[in-house]
Amino acid sequence: MTPRHRSLVWSATRHLLLLCGAVFILLPFVWMISTASKPQTEIFTKSIHFIPQTFALWDNFATAFGKASLWRFLVNGVVVTASIFVLQVLIALPAAYALAKLRFAGREVLFALVLFCILIPPQATAIPVFLLFHQLGILDSYAALIVPFTISAFGIFLMRQFFKTVPDDLIEAARMDGISEFGIVWRVMLPTAIPALTAFGIFSVVAHWNDYFWPLIVLNSEHLRTPPLGVASFRNEEAGTNYGPLMAAAIVIIAPLVVAFLLAQRRFIEGITLTGIK
Amino acid sequence: MAKIELNGIRKTFDQTAILKGIDLAIEDGEFIALIGPSGCGKSTLLRIIAGLEPQSSGEVRIDGVQVDGIRPSARNLAMVFQSYALYPHLSVFDNIAVPLRMRRHSALARMPLIGRLHPERGRTERGIREDVERVAAQLELAALLKRKPGQLSGGQRQRVAVGRAIVRQPLGFLFDEPLSNLDAKLRVHMRAELAQLHRQLKATFVYVTHDQAEAMTMSSRIAVMIEGNVVQIGTPAEVYENPRDIRVAEFVGSPKINAMPGVIREDRGLEVLGRQLRLGTAAAAGRCTVCVRPERMEIGPGPGTIAGIVTHLEHLGAEAFIHVKVDRIDLPLLARVSPDQQLPEIGSAIHLGFSDNAVRAFDAAGKRIDVAVPARSERVREKALG
Amino acid sequence: MVAPAFILMFLLLLGPLLGVIALSFTDYQLGSPSFSWIGLSNYQDMFGDRVFWLSLRNTLTYVAIVVPAAVALGLAVALLIESGGSLRTWYRTIYFLPVMATLIAMSIVWEFMLHPQFGLINGLLHGIGLEGFSWLQDRRTALYALCVIGIWQALGFNMVLFLAGLVSIPRQLYDAAEIDGAHSAWARFRLVTWPMLGPTTVFVVVITGIRSFQVFDTVHVLTKGGPSKSSEVLIHTMYIESFEFFRSGYGAALTVVFLAFVLLLTLVKSALANRGVHYA
Ligand SMILES: Nc1ncnc2c1ncn2[C@@H]1O[C@H](COP(=O)(O)OP(=O)(O)O)[C@@H](O)[C@H]1O
Ligand SMILES: [Mg+2]
Repeated sequence: MTPRHRSLVWSATRHLLLLCGAVFILLPFVWMISTASKPQTEIFTKSIHFIPQTFALWDNFATAFGKASLWRFLVNGVVVTASIFVLQVLIALPAAYALAKLRFAGREVLFALVLFCILIPPQATAIPVFLLFHQLGILDSYAALIVPFTISAFGIFLMRQFFKTVPDDLIEAARMDGISEFGIVWRVMLPTAIPALTAFGIFSVVAHWNDYFWPLIVLNSEHLRTPPLGVASFRNEEAGTNYGPLMAAAIVIIAPLVVAFLLAQRRFIEGITLTGIK
Repeated sequence: MAKIELNGIRKTFDQTAILKGIDLAIEDGEFIALIGPSGCGKSTLLRIIAGLEPQSSGEVRIDGVQVDGIRPSARNLAMVFQSYALYPHLSVFDNIAVPLRMRRHSALARMPLIGRLHPERGRTERGIREDVERVAAQLELAALLKRKPGQLSGGQRQRVAVGRAIVRQPLGFLFDEPLSNLDAKLRVHMRAELAQLHRQLKATFVYVTHDQAEAMTMSSRIAVMIEGNVVQIGTPAEVYENPRDIRVAEFVGSPKINAMPGVIREDRGLEVLGRQLRLGTAAAAGRCTVCVRPERMEIGPGPGTIAGIVTHLEHLGAEAFIHVKVDRIDLPLLARVSPDQQLPEIGSAIHLGFSDNAVRAFDAAGKRIDVAVPARSERVREKALG
Repeated sequence: MVAPAFILMFLLLLGPLLGVIALSFTDYQLGSPSFSWIGLSNYQDMFGDRVFWLSLRNTLTYVAIVVPAAVALGLAVALLIESGGSLRTWYRTIYFLPVMATLIAMSIVWEFMLHPQFGLINGLLHGIGLEGFSWLQDRRTALYALCVIGIWQALGFNMVLFLAGLVSIPRQLYDAAEIDGAHSAWARFRLVTWPMLGPTTVFVVVITGIRSFQVFDTVHVLTKGGPSKSSEVLIHTMYIESFEFFRSGYGAALTVVFLAFVLLLTLVKSALANRGVHYA
């Protein structure tokens, strides 16, 4: 075999293997869209067909939006994830700045604590936090969904590492100009930190949009449900009977993040792989 | 030992021509330096010789055999990389042993775990140990064999990289800026060591660098590459004294050669900065550039000298440079003088001159043009002397 | 400046962490007016409970299947993508999609795909003349079906980490390997890729391990640990005990076991990282 032949054969093998894998990965997505486009009668047949004979996607969307308060879930999702992110930034940035750039007694100890807290999995603190919220009487509220995540040890760590790379001159110049330390955080450090914050924002939003465990524990009321909880309860009501609208609802729930991902892949991959560092 | 011939080598990356037809014959056992500014395609050419990169057209011959499609390791050339490319997880010993293990052990014997059971393995491994230790002794690495590359200094890493290259006794060596990551002092030291190594091994050395001092001091011949072409090949002295192209003249030599705008008149006379020189040329009339090396500049008033103002002095101990600003040229002219003589004051007026044979002239396209004192004035001079 | 952050950290992370350990030594039940210290009795109950052992065994099985598969497949996909020039971004995007898609929503899709009568999987099996299973309703298959979903979801994430690791390997090392006589792709993989990926691999294994220990969403939606506890896993047991039966003390003891495993993995990681996996 000549080298050219060999490289052709290899290239074909590579695509073949990757395509096989891609089929496995994409199958649920394809099947979801296919089922969501089929009327009831076509769904409950034993023969497999991907392309629906009667196109019923819009009907299924209509049914889904009619039966479940999908809009409400989406709005809840946005309110919760946005509040979490904003509060995380408000709380983490000053701490990160202090840990990176200010000298004070106990700084090393505090930073060690941050590193330790990164390792605490959210499931580990669920019971005590739940009991605490029960005492405070704030279960089953937006607050219950948001408050536990306002502190992100990982966010502090990440921003502290980033601030370490910002030259001291910049801060000293700001101090010479008479800007207060808080002013420095918001007016000097924040603008330099936009790329790191974007990555962290994506990380945070994706994690909390998709979170199921905590909302499941603290929520009771239907009107507060986040998207995963909403689609799960919709499924509990409809499973076995109404797969078309159920799949349509699934599409609605995953669409915001998936579309955002497709539009800004690189940033998303950066943001999500941050979990790797965590 | 190997003779390496390059015929019409071209290389394009994404429609950009990087190498534009390189012809080069490298003699057996020769130390040739490829020099040129960064980005001119030196590394690419070296990688084509090594077989790491296929050429777009042209052929590479090693000892008369065309090597297209022959794997890099089968070409029997060793390469030393700019970043050394040592395997960071392997000890110095194992780094040097890699090429031997790859060659001498069968694929089976190299398998993890099972390989250890292979009957031939023990004997081969003993042979490898001897060879590695011999090379380590030669390069004064014996005490470092157990260390990882991360624990070595730059110079030591450099030596390990050389060790890995020489251990399998290849026909030729390819060096890609091997000293550019070392500090200045160590670089001078390693320069001597590599030259010494070449005398010992008598193998063909192809040495790529953008540092002309390295090339001048180590090699027997220099090939100057500029923008994908080999512009001139010759001994260091030839290239320095007789550049065929203004880019060669400007690249070789430090500090840079003085370049002054000139004109070739209709009567074939040569003018520089508005002054008429005694020199004439056969080249067509038009603009030209007159170049003179700093050490050929002469200080002191006289007929036809150039007036200027001293803007800066550099006293280097063994020599000194005077920077002289002259009308109509942006860059100052440089003159090298012996430091024992009285240096002029900064800001003072000064006259610069040069003798006829110091002039290297180039036409508007940058090609060298021959200049000579015309026969008539020659006779006039003979008469005057006679 | 650090005050708000550290007050919250104590209230919401460190305090609860200590709280959960303390709780595990009490008989506290949500709503009961008082509690008492009962020493190790929760742990005794736990170790005497068949469900706990089943749950632990299932969790370990899940980890033992998902980690090697998701790591090996992630590496394989990353190597395949990196080995050629064409369609790289496409493949990367496709394989990364499951990481982005809300797992709960996709679990519901998987549930329908695994539907005994109308599911795609059984339909396909039927097409090639095989008898399908009631995947999620059969105690022989439920846990493995969950494993497949776990692998499907984790693969892309690992792939991206490996891709980042691959990109950071200096190209000159491959050139050197080629010159040194590493002819086959396998020889180059052994000499350069695998050792250079060492730190990444340790990292990916530990991350995948920790995430697999946390498996909950798919279990809760698809099987509720059934049938007959065949897919019961640690966090799910913890959830049921703490938030359905409100046996907070007992749930805390389960949490402590879970924490011990996560801590163990973290220790393995830092031990390996310190034992000099070689950054250049
Ligand atoms: N693999 C490649 N793909 C595209 N362009 C390349 C590649 N390798 C080198 N080049 C380009 O070729 C030119 C010459 O590169 P190189 O041979 O490394 O120069 P030198 O070693 O003389 O500094 C550069 O402009 C570089 O950008
Ligand atoms: Mg180069």
